[in-house]
Amino acid sequence: MAMTLRDILNKLLGRQPASATTARERLQLVLAHDRSDLSPELLEQMRREIFEVVAKYVEIDLEGGEVSLETEDRMTALVANLPIKRSIKPAANPPSKADESEDQEPSETKEAEESKESEAGESSD
Amino acid sequence: MAPTTRTILICSGKGGVGKTTLTANLGIALGRQGIRTVVLDADFGLRNLDLLLGLENRIVYTAQEVLAESCRLDQALVKHKQEPNLALLPAGNPRMLEWLKPEDMQRIASMLAEQFDYVLIDCPAGIEDGFKNAVAAAKEAIVVTTPEVSAVRDADRVIGLLNTQGVSPIQLVLNRVRPKMMANQEMLAADDVTDILALPLLGLLLEDEQVIVSTNRGEPLTLTKSNSPAARGYANIARRLQGEDVPLMDPAKEGRGLRAKLWQLMQTKIF
Repeated sequence: MAMTLRDILNKLLGRQPASATTARERLQLVLAHDRSDLSPELLEQMRREIFEVVAKYVEIDLEGGEVSLETEDRMTALVANLPIKRSIKPAANPPSKADESEDQEPSETKEAEESKESEAGESSD
Repeated sequence: MAPTTRTILICSGKGGVGKTTLTANLGIALGRQGIRTVVLDADFGLRNLDLLLGLENRIVYTAQEVLAESCRLDQALVKHKQEPNLALLPAGNPRMLEWLKPEDMQRIASMLAEQFDYVLIDCPAGIEDGFKNAVAAAKEAIVVTTPEVSAVRDADRVIGLLNTQGVSPIQLVLNRVRPKMMANQEMLAADDVTDILALPLLGLLLEDEQVIVSTNRGEPLTLTKSNSPAARGYANIARRLQGEDVPLMDPAKEGRGLRAKLWQLMQTKIF
């Protein structure tokens, strides 16, 4: 994010940033969403599912995790920032959960949902 | 047939940012350089290009009659009295919108391309059918925006649509720039807008009261001897379109003296 001397001064003095800076930031955010054509609802669903998939492999800090859209040069990127607490020892196959059936064929989303349900209890793996 | 004819769409998404004024002034400025230019009013719903050019009383036929083949193209073209290199093809009746198709606009544009070096298409605001029809006829585009969040957002939408239609190159004109507000960082800077929209800047036009005066009279600024900031801006855009290397004005440097220099330092991006 570009910053100017004035922005820094404003920050130090606890003043509002120049309105052009606010305009730029608001535009970048709204355009990232406009360009991706994703509704907030879909974005939230995607965010949840990404967390679930990642949580199968590593223990992540859900509070600190963040998935957002960023845009530069008309390219929109999905940026995920998922702080890892520690990795879960990989099993031979995608990690099988304490309870679940691992029939090789359950659908992706179903698997994700299952891992979500059990993730609270498996931190001591 | 002029194979090198440039067919340029002048569009913005948002209304009222200066599309039609730019079309009229560019038309005159190009004509002044001896280039055969035609301006096509593709805003059938709310046409105004005739009014800005002062040609509203000289319209006999329009694009509608040309398409219906009830008149020849040269009968519908209105030649500008003071700038004979410029002609206007007026928009037809708003009811044309009910049947007009992209192919119709393509047909008109290719007819015009046989006689002119530049075809400037004044696009309607919005991104509905009128816009789609106009885009179909264009090879390149100039997107007009102002340094305001709503205009930039709408421009972004339009650029996306132009990209999917294969219109290229697309260049940006930033209109209604207020140097003082920009220097005070109370207005988006030119760099901000070009970064966000990822388009090259074709020109920058200052907010200028003379534009209103010239519209009142139906005499585009480029037609008069005006040396107002906008008049210079329009002329520079025409020269850049022709490939001339004309340096862009830096609104931050418009101010003089210590105060302006201090502001400039304050808005230098350091990281």
